Parts: sequence; C-alpha cells; structure tokens
Amino acid sequence: MAKSNIVARTGNEAMAEAMRQINPDVVAAYPITPATEIVQIFAGYVADGLVKTEFVPVESEHSAMSACIGASAAGGRAMTGTSSQGLALMAEMLHIASGLRLPIVMADVNRALSSPINIHCDHSDTMMIKDAGWIQIFSENAQEGYDNMIQAIRIAEKAKLPTMVMTDGFIISHGMERIEILNDEDVQKFIGEYKPEHYLLNTEKPITIGALDLPDYYFEHRRQTIEAIRNSKSIIEDVSKEFGQKFGRTYGLFENYKLDDAEVAIVALGSTAGTTKTVVDALRAKGLKVGLLKPRVFRPFPKAEIADALKSLKAIAVMDRSDSMNGNEGPVCLEVKAALFDKGLNKTLVNYIYGLGGREIRTQDIEGIYKELIDASKGKAIEKIQYLGVRE
Amino acid sequence: MKELTEIRWHGRGGQGAKTAALLFADAALAQGLYIQAFPEYGPERMGAPVSAFNRISSKPILLHSGVTNPDIVIVLDPTLVESVDVTEGIPDNGVLMINTEKTPEDIKKTFNISSSIKVFTVDASKISKETIGREIPNTPMLGALIKATGILGFKEMVEDTRKKLEKKFKSKPEVIGGNLKAIERAYNEVKG
Repeated sequence: MAKSNIVARTGNEAMAEAMRQINPDVVAAYPITPATEIVQIFAGYVADGLVKTEFVPVESEHSAMSACIGASAAGGRAMTGTSSQGLALMAEMLHIASGLRLPIVMADVNRALSSPINIHCDHSDTMMIKDAGWIQIFSENAQEGYDNMIQAIRIAEKAKLPTMVMTDGFIISHGMERIEILNDEDVQKFIGEYKPEHYLLNTEKPITIGALDLPDYYFEHRRQTIEAIRNSKSIIEDVSKEFGQKFGRTYGLFENYKLDDAEVAIVALGSTAGTTKTVVDALRAKGLKVGLLKPRVFRPFPKAEIADALKSLKAIAVMDRSDSMNGNEGPVCLEVKAALFDKGLNKTLVNYIYGLGGREIRTQDIEGIYKELIDASKGKAIEKIQYLGVRE
Repeated sequence: MKELTEIRWHGRGGQGAKTAALLFADAALAQGLYIQAFPEYGPERMGAPVSAFNRISSKPILLHSGVTNPDIVIVLDPTLVESVDVTEGIPDNGVLMINTEKTPEDIKKTFNISSSIKVFTVDASKISKETIGREIPNTPMLGALIKATGILGFKEMVEDTRKKLEKKFKSKPEVIGGNLKAIERAYNEVKG
C-alpha cells in the first residue's frame, strides 16, 4: 500500500492540495466570493513555483470556464473551482465543455443561489446544472473531496467528459479535519500523463472544434455525449476500484451504510450522510433496523443499482438540499422515485427538503425522520413532501 | 477520555478564536486523535462576538452538525460574559474557562453561574503580554485547557508546539521561547 501523510486540513485546503499534486497545465478562475478559497490557495502554489500551472485570473466565471475550454481543447489539463452564482454564471460554457467532450475537472463547493443572497451550504448550484453533461461526484468530507479530485482527472480523461467534484459549503469547505494526503509521486503515477486523442495544437492532425452543427448532424453528436455519460458509470467504478487497491480507500457509485438488513432508510448526499451515520449507529444500538444510502455519483445516476439496494426496505426518506421548483419533489427524490418505478417497486417514499441556505441539520432532525419512517412502515399516514425545520 | 469531546471557543473578531480552535485541533491530531475545527459561519467583523468549535475523538468523526452541547467552553474575552450566554448548552460537569484576572469564585458569583459547571480562570492576556510581548490570549489558553481537562498530554503538546514553531519561526527564536513560556505559565497559573 502506498504511504500517506496524516494532516489537519480544511476541505478547501484539501481540494487545493489535490490540485497541487495533480499539477494541471492551466487553472483559470475568478477567485473571489461566491467561490471559496480553493483557487486562491492554489494561486499561492503558482506564485511559490510549486506547480508548473499557467494560472489565468479571468474577469468572471463565464470567462474562467471559457479559458478552461480553450486550454483543454488545445490539449492541456485544465481545472477550476467555483460555487453558487459563479457556477450559475458558467452555465452556458458548461454545456459547451461537455458537448466538446473536454475533460475539464472542477471543484464546486456547494453554496446557495440568490435570491435572497446567501453563500451557505445548499445543493441548488450543482442541481441547477445537473443536465449539463458533466459527471457529478459528491463528497461526504474533506478526505473524500481530496480523493475524488484525484480520481476525477482519470475519470474525465477516460470518459472524455468534464467532471465536477462537490463538497458542502462551510461545513466541509471551511471545517478542518484529519485527512490522509498521498505522496506527490503516487498521485502523479495514478493520474498518469494526459494524452488527448484530438487537440488543437496537434499540427499534424488539424481539426475544427466548436463548429456549427445543423439538424443533419446535431442529434448524432448529442447522442454520443448521452452515450458517453451512460458509459462513464463503469469508468468511474474502475477508477474508484483502482484507487482503493492502491491507496486503501475504496469508493463505489454510492455507499450503503447498514442497509442490508434495514427496514427503513434515508438517502442523503454529502456531509449530511456523515451525520446520518452517527444517528444510524445510535438507533441501531437501540435495536432499530435503520440504514443509509449515500449517493456519491449523481451524474450519471446509477438508477438500477440504487433501486436494487433499496428493494427490501419498507419506507425510504430522500433528503434534498435543494428544490426542483416543479411543485413536486426535489431532484434526488425524483431520481430515486424513477429508479424504483423501473423495478416495479411501489414503496413508501418521503421527500424531505432540508438545509436550504445553510439551515442547520441536527441529529435530532434525522432521528425524527427515522421515527416517522418507522411509523409509516407500520401503516401510519405520512406527508410525502416535507420541509424540515422551516418556519411556516 | 470520553469517546467524543466537543469544545466551543468564544472571542471577538480578530482575537483568534478560530486560530485557537485550529491550533488545538492540530495539537490533538499530533497525539493521534481525530479532530474537527470550524468557525461559526457568520459575518466576521473585527470586535464582534464570534465563536469557533472543536470535536476531538479517538475514533473517526462522522458528525457534521453544529456543536450545541459543548463539554468545554473557553472565553478569550472576559467582557463577552456580560453580553453573550457563554454557558449555553453546557451539560452538568461541563467546563467553563475564562481569560480573566478574576477568580472562579468571583466569576460564579458575579454572573450567577450554575454550580453544575466547573469554572476555571487564567489571566491569559497578562501572560501573553509578559511572554510573547503582545496580547494573544489564545496561545496560553491551550496550556490552561490541558491542565483543567487533561484532554491531551501536556509534555507531548509542548514538544509538538516547539517543533511546529521552530519550523515556522526559524529566523525569530525569541517568538518560539515566548510562546512556549506562555503555554507553560498558563498551565501552572490556571485556577479552578
């Protein structure tokens, strides 16, 4: 097993450390709020000569993504980081990055969208662009954020798709935790040298990138991107498995926590999954058969696998830290519901919208959800969409 | 040591409450423990009341909610006791440590603090002025915290701090000695 160093780092520092070890060719960013300090820390590495990266401090996030697209199309490894409104401003270019099949890797610290103005933890930013053709990987803590960033390089380059790695704003980004950092050379060995198949600076094989594509071909090209997202599932699994074999921390498309014999379970993303684990342990000690499913990969959504993992449960709560503004459920719940429908599973499924704009999620809130699920599993009527802890 | 210890630091913006939480977490990490350190997520303004938090455990910490029932509360600025309920959420036998020249008995009486809370005091401001040459109460508070709670090994902590300071202040050896002296004095002078 490769050696690692145990250090205390904030989520932001851990992500920046991963970027330093990846040593990308280009980082283009707009490093002020709503972005967290990830790219600011990284800019320090550039100034100190610790990386060979060309750092491009652009005038907006739209330009940051545009510069990453240019760098990636030219054949370089390009990375960036943002949050909240910054991701919103990138939206136009995010679709172009995936349509051009450019393996850009981005750190997105989950923060709320305006209005009202708020930069606290909320998944609305990521969920807003869930259909942009990017692979999306959520992290529970700083360690996972770090590990996911390193894996994202391999995943993106193999799938030829841009990939974003999320951590929860403030809770993970600004919280310091114990993490294991790999050695620089092990990271370099793991990610390998980037050898793009087609790129603009290859003068021997000149190509056009970003051309007009009318009704006679547009659909075929989109179809290829759709298929690439579908195929990326096995790539993510392979890279995660190899990472586990080399470094001892194994990741899947999602994590099952005490789910095998559970009667009721919560589905939760990010740091809330960690808090939920402590509640699962406490309730298990009282003899209650409760479990957790933590989706790690949200795009592509591992529909069949998640439905299979949930098939024996009597009642399920899906926690959404954003809303779809559709008058119905939140985005994670909709995915889970569709997955269950495909398997013919008509479950008691409750959607809890929670934590918007950084509203605290406490262990007693999660305990309350499990209690409601247990009651519902015994036939008690339950409100199917709930807004946890909101004043109404 | 119980499986999970939670700490809340009170200070004023710019006084180093967050830094104290980070330093303490780093010291605990060096003793093989799992740690969390995080500030209160609000607007940070110079002079305004702020808090920061620690979780320390011998096992991996999965919990990512806020700290509401801290086993230990440390107050870097004594004037905060007048305007902020620093005892909020402290369980029975919890520890309240205040940077003040007053005695624990004075504090208990003046602020009518529940007898179920163990109060400690140390004049960390004075100590830091005399040893470091500036008012930085957070550094000596680490020594007082260890004396009052036994949460970390003191000798190991001093040794680890020395190593870290030697790395950081190669060209300023006087800073190293001053900081170490501050920690040791607070360890010896804490009352409670």
